[in-house]
Amino acid sequence: MEFAELIRTGQAQAELLRGPEEPPLRGTLCITGHHLMLSPGPQATPDLWLLLLRNVDSIEKRVAGDSGTITLRCKDLRVLQLDIEGVEATLDIARSIEALSSLESVITSFPFFYRPKGLRLGDAWHFHPPECYYKRVARETNAWRLSEANEDFSLCPSYPRAVIVPRAVDDSALARSARFRQGGRFPVLSYYHAPSGTVLLRAGQPLTGPQKRRCSEDEDLLRAVLAGARPGARGVIVDTRSPQAAKQARMTGGGTEAKAAYPGWKRLHRPLETGRPLQESFVRLVEACGDLEQSMDRWLNRLESCRWLSHVKETLSTACLAAQSMEQEGACVLVHGAEGTDSTLLITSLAQLILDPLSRTMAGFQELIEREWIQAGHPFQLRCAHSAFSHARPKHEAPTFLLFLDCVWQLGRQFPLSLEFGEGMLLALFDHAYASPFGTFLCNNEKERCLCEVRTRTHSLWSGLSQPKEQRKLRNPLYVPNPLAIWPSAEPQSLRLWQGLFLRGTRPPEPSEVAWEKVWQIVTDQEKTEGSQPTDSASEAGP
Amino acid sequence: MEHIRTPKVENVRLVDRISSKKAALGTLYLTATHVIFVETAPDTRKETWGHVHLICLLTLNTDDLDIIRERQRNSQRLKYEELYCFSFNPKLDREEREQGWMLVNLSEEYKRMGLPNDYWQLSDVNREYRVCDSYPTELYVPKSATAHIIVGSSKFRSRRRFPALSYYCKDNHASICRSSQPLSGFSARCLEDEQMLQAIRKANPGSDFLYVVDTRPKLNAMANRAAGKGYENEDNYSNIKFQFIGIENIHVMRNSLQKMLEVVDENIENVSVLGFFPEIVLIEKDWISFGHKFTHRYGNLDGDPREISPVIDQFLECVWQLMEQFPCAFEFNERFLIHIQHHIYSCQFGNFLCNSQKERQELKIQERTYSLWAHLWKNRVDYLNPLFRADHSQTRGVLHLPTAPCNFMYKYVNLWDLTGCGYALDSGTVYHMEAEGFWNGMYNRFEKGLQPRQSVTDYLVAVKEETQQLEEELEALEERLEKIQKVQLNRTKVRSKQSEPSKHSGFSTSDNSSANTPQDYSGNVKSFPSRSPSQGDEDSALILTQDNLKSSDPDLSANSDQESGVEDLSCRSPSGGECVPSEDSGKDRDSDEAVFLTA
Repeated sequence: MEFAELIRTGQAQAELLRGPEEPPLRGTLCITGHHLMLSPGPQATPDLWLLLLRNVDSIEKRVAGDSGTITLRCKDLRVLQLDIEGVEATLDIARSIEALSSLESVITSFPFFYRPKGLRLGDAWHFHPPECYYKRVARETNAWRLSEANEDFSLCPSYPRAVIVPRAVDDSALARSARFRQGGRFPVLSYYHAPSGTVLLRAGQPLTGPQKRRCSEDEDLLRAVLAGARPGARGVIVDTRSPQAAKQARMTGGGTEAKAAYPGWKRLHRPLETGRPLQESFVRLVEACGDLEQSMDRWLNRLESCRWLSHVKETLSTACLAAQSMEQEGACVLVHGAEGTDSTLLITSLAQLILDPLSRTMAGFQELIEREWIQAGHPFQLRCAHSAFSHARPKHEAPTFLLFLDCVWQLGRQFPLSLEFGEGMLLALFDHAYASPFGTFLCNNEKERCLCEVRTRTHSLWSGLSQPKEQRKLRNPLYVPNPLAIWPSAEPQSLRLWQGLFLRGTRPPEPSEVAWEKVWQIVTDQEKTEGSQPTDSASEAGP
Repeated sequence: MEHIRTPKVENVRLVDRISSKKAALGTLYLTATHVIFVETAPDTRKETWGHVHLICLLTLNTDDLDIIRERQRNSQRLKYEELYCFSFNPKLDREEREQGWMLVNLSEEYKRMGLPNDYWQLSDVNREYRVCDSYPTELYVPKSATAHIIVGSSKFRSRRRFPALSYYCKDNHASICRSSQPLSGFSARCLEDEQMLQAIRKANPGSDFLYVVDTRPKLNAMANRAAGKGYENEDNYSNIKFQFIGIENIHVMRNSLQKMLEVVDENIENVSVLGFFPEIVLIEKDWISFGHKFTHRYGNLDGDPREISPVIDQFLECVWQLMEQFPCAFEFNERFLIHIQHHIYSCQFGNFLCNSQKERQELKIQERTYSLWAHLWKNRVDYLNPLFRADHSQTRGVLHLPTAPCNFMYKYVNLWDLTGCGYALDSGTVYHMEAEGFWNGMYNRFEKGLQPRQSVTDYLVAVKEETQQLEEELEALEERLEKIQKVQLNRTKVRSKQSEPSKHSGFSTSDNSSANTPQDYSGNVKSFPSRSPSQGDEDSALILTQDNLKSSDPDLSANSDQESGVEDLSCRSPSGGECVPSEDSGKDRDSDEAVFLTA
């Protein structure tokens, strides 16, 4: 396909407004296949302003007299305004942006063309394969094995090639269990908690249907999990739907584990919102945050009625419940909702952050996202197709990943010293999940990624983020390793609106940036002084 | 002492509202100034102290009703002399006490503003409080305002609070004055008052207008006209612009901040502003340096404590909102505000007593009580904001802050989870912060489960201190190294003793144990037990405040307050580093069971 067909005009003179307190930028506006560019005149700074077209969520055009205005609302929640000379040029540019920003083909997307200096293709891709995590587990216990039953993605298209399963269960039993679970997502290991010897598992819902079918291999698998933990271990199944919703799912072939069929396992229902309601909540919150003219009462009303913070609260407390069951009670935990690709991953990944000190490090957090979101089959392509501004009717969009990031932000606010990454990291992940020059968040699962050769033809976000110049933004200067579990408070009083994200379009970032800079300065001052301690060894070694 | 009928009650349970930990059993002691709870657990005997003035509701699981009655009598003291500050003695000598009171000097503050100058002069019209008993004696008025005008104007104003200078901006000659409402009724006029406002307007050569800002909603002001009061009629005063900004009460106070700032912005653009409630008008850039900030308010604190207290809270809250948005612009930190707020109610220091300077002089407050500012100044290290940047543009000029509602901090409270926050006034009234009590550090400061578990401020201060310490050590070591080298040159063998630099071992390993108590996540059922039936409809429960205050030192020391965060500093001792085992293991049986019960 030729991008040139979609580009109606090469360039125009324009002025760009980027938000509060930022000076406007004047220059020549150009459109390329993937970017909108504004190059200031020769007299100005040589800096080129660049916007990835994929980042455009909605576009609004207005013409008056012989000039026009285009308002671009971006997926990263920024709002840009372009004042363009010439009515024709304005309309042409608007149409070009509209066409180019809504291209759906993966292999013509920008990551397949992005070739930054200093990065080699394929560098960090094998940074966190499941094999890596298995090695960690195998050091602690012998009860689990790495299975390649899904080598050709035939058992489960949304799982990676290799998964970690109980040693006592063979591949053919896995295949039968896969047929009994939605999307083929049979129970696999998500996290091994060494101090208590318990495990966190995830799966899709069992396909019991109205006849309450059973699957002995699936039952064996869960029995083997308990047997592998310790004699007499109990299990908790956290169903992320309400009891009614789980019951209703039987009508459409789904369902939930029957008590009698899984001895030793207790089922808990913790309804979490996914899909359309979550997307609507997000849209309404962003709408409320963008309105600067409202009264205090109105704002509080809107904040409450969008229910976003309720979702955060529910998610955090469910994750805490799962983590608590493991650490405090020594129970194994299986999490699933319906498909097992949304709320399930939210809970498993957050529980790990609470329990696992390693996942709170920079590398550990990246590994966690790679393992629990990307390779675990969260359909990023579908969920992040549009952000909060799009006028298009939402189909599969849902800000599940954003909800995860928000929960992590709340954790970081309550434990400011215990996460190695800062708010900047979470913001960067949000931006890249919705529009990115890197291939990490492309496609919906490993199978698609293999078909598109994402791994060999695009750069990984993780190598992008490991560039030294990014570190100040991403790291938390206050980090001190904390070997314990961090138990957040999920009380409403403890939760806050993530202003750094939701108000980024309306609030000048400067004061908080200055504060961040100051924190860095205080900490690096200390490191410098520590580093310059003279040693007495010289004098000791003297005659 | 005659109020105390039962000095001691046994078998009292101290209940923490949030954490699911078991309530502690202990003995409650009642003294003239404090309520003390001592746990009976043999190994801890932890003490919890509470000022009687701070207690609004005591829920006792005993039949002893006497104690409640006593407590009420205790906290409603009728005479100033009975207040704690008159018996509080921090063991300072007379000189120190006087110095404490000298710390904040009103005339110095006026000098800082560049007064007196060509337009404003010090007036002695209020000598011996002859004109207005709620104003201080030292007042600045426009040069052109004669004593005749001032006295005339004061007769036209409620409680004789004539327009007087509150803040002067020397860069552009703009000023803020304050006064009370005029007694205009429906048609009354006062020539002197009109002249007074003219004089104020002329005192700013850069502006043709005088903004008169009425902080009430227009409706209230209109209603007041029927009582012979009211507001300035624009027809009678030349060149004034009149604005109502409708500050109603604490619940809509965020608006008040927003509107205030609009006014202040205008003020900076060469206008004079006249406001009615001085405390509110002073929500302003008075952050410059420790000790200076409260000069105005110091002179202006007026009104019945019950009337004024929410207003002071409102002011502190507004300052906190500013701090949130401009983290580098304030030299002090959140704890500073919280401690000031605490002492407004604690009656431990004399600063916030009485309604006016006059009353304070009559009571000889300065000779008989101690000054809070001295106390705060002494512990100033605890109140410093490590991020403060004296050199930064944020700090230098006016803070232009976005005032759209969404910029202010809230937490979100679900309707079904309204815990409300009981809030104590020394009169015993319960003041209620509902749904949007959002300054968590303040309003929920005793709910330890809700706090951020680690304090960035403390950490940064500690890091800064350590940097300084290391630098000093470095210097010392370098000196020694030099000496040693000299000695070596002399070929004398010297064995030097090693003085190890203090190794800082993991900042927060040990203290995290206290932060690591999981809560009851298993359901929305509140673990807080019943409210006492006798207090049925009062939806509040502040039990006892102030943990761990040592009996010898009943004042609110900084260390005790850090309890509410995580004591980052405690573990920074050189010997530290071993990890205290987490106390949660095996403790939270309640919630564990709950997990399975809900299944």
